[in-house]
This record gives sequence, structure tokens and C-alpha cells, in this order.
Amino acid sequence: MLSIRNLRVRYGRSMTALHGVDLDVPDDGVLAVLGTNGAGKSTLLRAISGTLRLHRGVITAGTIQYGDLRIDRLDPARIVRYGVVGVPEGRQIFARMTVAENLRAGGIATKPAERAAARKRVSALFPLLDERADQRAGLLSGGEQQMLAIGRALMAVPKLLLLDEPSLGLAPKLVERIGEAVREIHAQGTAVVLVEQNASMALSVADQAVVLSVGSVALSGSTEEIAASVHQHYLGTPAPERRSLARWS
Amino acid sequence: MTTFLQLMLNGLGKGAVFALLALGFVVIFKATEVVNFAHGSLVLFGGYLVLVTKDTVGWAAAAVIGIVSAGLLALAVERLLLARSRHADPFSLALLTIGVDVIITEEVVRRLGVSLPFIGDAWDAKPLQFAGVTLFRTHLVALGVAAVLITAFFLAFRYTTWGIALRAQAENPEAAALVGIRRSRVTASAWLIAGLLAGVAVLFIATQDFSGAGLSRGTHSIALAAFPAAIIGGLDSTAGAIVGGLAVGLVDALSTEYISFAFAKSAVFLVMLVVLVVRPAGLFGTRETTRV
Repeated sequence: MLSIRNLRVRYGRSMTALHGVDLDVPDDGVLAVLGTNGAGKSTLLRAISGTLRLHRGVITAGTIQYGDLRIDRLDPARIVRYGVVGVPEGRQIFARMTVAENLRAGGIATKPAERAAARKRVSALFPLLDERADQRAGLLSGGEQQMLAIGRALMAVPKLLLLDEPSLGLAPKLVERIGEAVREIHAQGTAVVLVEQNASMALSVADQAVVLSVGSVALSGSTEEIAASVHQHYLGTPAPERRSLARWS
Repeated sequence: MTTFLQLMLNGLGKGAVFALLALGFVVIFKATEVVNFAHGSLVLFGGYLVLVTKDTVGWAAAAVIGIVSAGLLALAVERLLLARSRHADPFSLALLTIGVDVIITEEVVRRLGVSLPFIGDAWDAKPLQFAGVTLFRTHLVALGVAAVLITAFFLAFRYTTWGIALRAQAENPEAAALVGIRRSRVTASAWLIAGLLAGVAVLFIATQDFSGAGLSRGTHSIALAAFPAAIIGGLDSTAGAIVGGLAVGLVDALSTEYISFAFAKSAVFLVMLVVLVVRPAGLFGTRETTRV
């Protein structure tokens, strides 16, 4: 569905954030992108969604192929219209607008005929957003804001959803809730790239995973393989079973 | 008392015109973070088009031509100059608008030569007497027109998709891009609206009633009062632009009467300074003024 080859990204004049990244998002799959702070996870998503410019970043080499289409030279509004929609790090909802207005903004690029269906899907997934429809989005709690951010992206009817650390700053219960939502979105036929520091949540949702380390792909494979080698990587022992991951991460 | 009432009404009439200018100014700033120093030249350009067309097509049609031309000029400035450097920092773009302002203003002034033509034919110099109060028709019409336009603007701003897109982009350009809002369209629409409003404003400014002077360099400097108006209200607040515009009109009218005509302009800027000291982001603004 999405294939990235030799992607290099630079911020400003000299700060190289990605040094030749190769990765593939399988059709209708969920790809987890793991890595520590500064590994280049957010940069990768910005490159895909075309918003690097807003961070003074630029793609210096490589290609991003979405289906038959090269999207690495397109502007973000165009990329959204092709069905690649991002939820940025830190949610970035429109805090001064109401919940309903946020969702309306999310549907701006959607064909009018599809808007009602998209809105229904969001209601079904996050009924809470309907209860809070007329509230200012800035007054929502962190978890609610994350739901709104995801709901807003769903209003654009994504074929590929890019999530940048949806679990950031959320209580474990809410992290679980967001994980379920991602699973549900995937089950409805949307491919997902899930960037996370919370490896256990990401690996429980994804079927493929890559680990980024200082701007390059350090590991990639199925979630089982990655879970095992991440464990090895951090703890120096083979992973006994998947469950143990949940404790340390 | 009647003098005071008269002053208030005339002040509000002038203020309504400043509010139209300040609103355009704020809309551009919200959409792009660019401070448009070329606003005064848009006013002059619109007025000039009214002047050169009104003898052949009649005043009403000329007024429409003037308004539309000011809008199109604003759009052209945005499309041809600013859009080409859209990743430039808003500071440099603001400097660019200063260049645009000087070029357009000087050209219009050169073409006007020594003439100071009035262009508010439909209402100018036909005062109304009402219970001992003399009211300028220009100011009354300005109040009415501004009330209609401003109401229409706020309804659109609040309820239409365009309004949502503009507010979304003003609040968070990255998130707006990520939901597919086309930055260039929002920006272009903001400039177009600002230009149209400037074209309306000049029909009231270049009149005997408003300034006692016709279309000239003076029109440009009157239009400059839109800056303090926008800054008093808060550069990123549309409601603030209206309040700021009315405040500037009232301060202008009151200080002209009670202090002196020559002091009126300083009074406006003094009020602006006081507001900035007390509230650095303006009365209703949310952004730090350092970002201006």
C-alpha cells in the first residue's frame, strides 16, 4: 500500500533526521513504528503526510510510493484527498473550536455524499464526542482530545491512517481504549501506521513492526519477531512470552 | 448634550469605516500571520477606480467596480507575490507588503496629480437635521453598510465551511493541513475579502463629510488608522477589530472636538499605546505581540 525507499530527511541546513529509510506498509495492515525519542518516528510520518515543510524539514532523497502514486512531492491537502490522513503528535485539536466544529473541519476534504457516513462511524467509535459536541475542544480531557483527534482524521475517510503517539500522556486504561479503537478502525478496512513509544500497546495492535534508531531502520519484521528481539535488545535475555512486555513498557 | 450625541454618532460612523478596514487586516493576519502594510494602497486603488469610471458608468456601477477592483488587486498581490514565497517567514512577507504599498500608492498619487476628488457622491455633503443634531449622511450610511457587512462576515465566519477552514488554519496550520484544508485557498480568500472591504471603506473616507478631503495621499494616511484599530482590538481577533475600529472613530471624534483637530491622530495612537501597555496582545487578542 505504501512503500518508502531510501528516504532521507533533513531539518534546517544540517540536521539529518532520517538516513535512508526503507519500509513497507502492507495492504490493510497495521504497521507499528517503534523507537526512542529522536529516532525519527515523527519525521517519518511528517514526510508521508507532506507536513515536513511546516517544521523546516525537507526530503533530500528517496521516494514515497502510495499505490501507483508518488506522494513525496505533493502538498498535504492533496495527500489527504488521496486517503492518507495523519493524527499529529500531541493531538493538536482545534482547541478554540467546538468538538462538532473540529469534526466538521476534519470532513472538509471529504466528498459531501460520504460525510454523513463518516460522521456516523465516528459516533459509533467514540459516542462521547457526540455528548460533548458543543463543548470547546480545549476543555476536553487528554483522552477525549485524543479521541477527537482520531475522530477528526476519520472524518477525512482515510485509507491509510497515520497515528503519532496516540498513547502519549494517557492513563493505562485510556491507552487500552485507544488501542481498541485502532483495532476497530483497522477491522473496518483502514490501514494504519502506528508510531509509539509504548511498545506493548503498539505490538498488541500491529501485525508488522519496525524499530527506528537514530534515523535508520534497526529492525523490521512481524510483531512476534520484533517483540522477541526488542526484548533481547533491551533486557539481554530471550523473551519468555508476549505478556511480559506489558510490564516494562 | 446634543453636541456630545452628535459626536458619538459621527464617531461611530467613522469607527464603522475603520472597523471594516481593521477587519480585513485581521482576517489576513489570522489566515497567514502576515501584517499587511499594503492595506492603505488597496483603499487608494479602489477609490481611484471609482473616480475614473464614475463619469462614464454612473456612480453606483463605479462603486461596484471600485470595490471589486480593490478585492482583485489584493488577490493579485497575494497570488503573484506572496504565494510564490509561501514558506517565507511572515516578517519578510510583511516587508514585501510595504514595497507593494509604496508602489501602488505612489502610482495612484501620481495619476491624481493635484486634484482631490470626492467620490462619495451618493451621500456626501447632504447632512440631516434631526432634533437639533446635525448628522452626516455619510456616517449614517457607513454605519448601516458596516453593520450589514460585519454581520454577514460573522455569520459566514461562524457557520460556513469557509469560516471553519479559516479558523482552523488560524489556530493550527499543521493540523489544518492534515485534515486537507488548502492553505492557498484560505489565504487567497482572506486577501480577497480584505480588499473588498477596503474598496467599500474608501467610498466613505474620500468624502467631504469624513475627512474634508478627497482622494489623495491623505486618504492613505486616514486608512492607516486601521492599524491602531486592529492592534487595540488584538491583531488576531475579528471581534476585536470591530471594537478597535469603533474605539478609534470615537477617540478621533472626541479629541477633535475637545482638544484639537491636529491632536486627533496622536490621540488614537496614544490610546493604542495605553492598550498595549496594559494588554500586550490587544483587548481581545490571544497572541503575543512579539509575533507581529
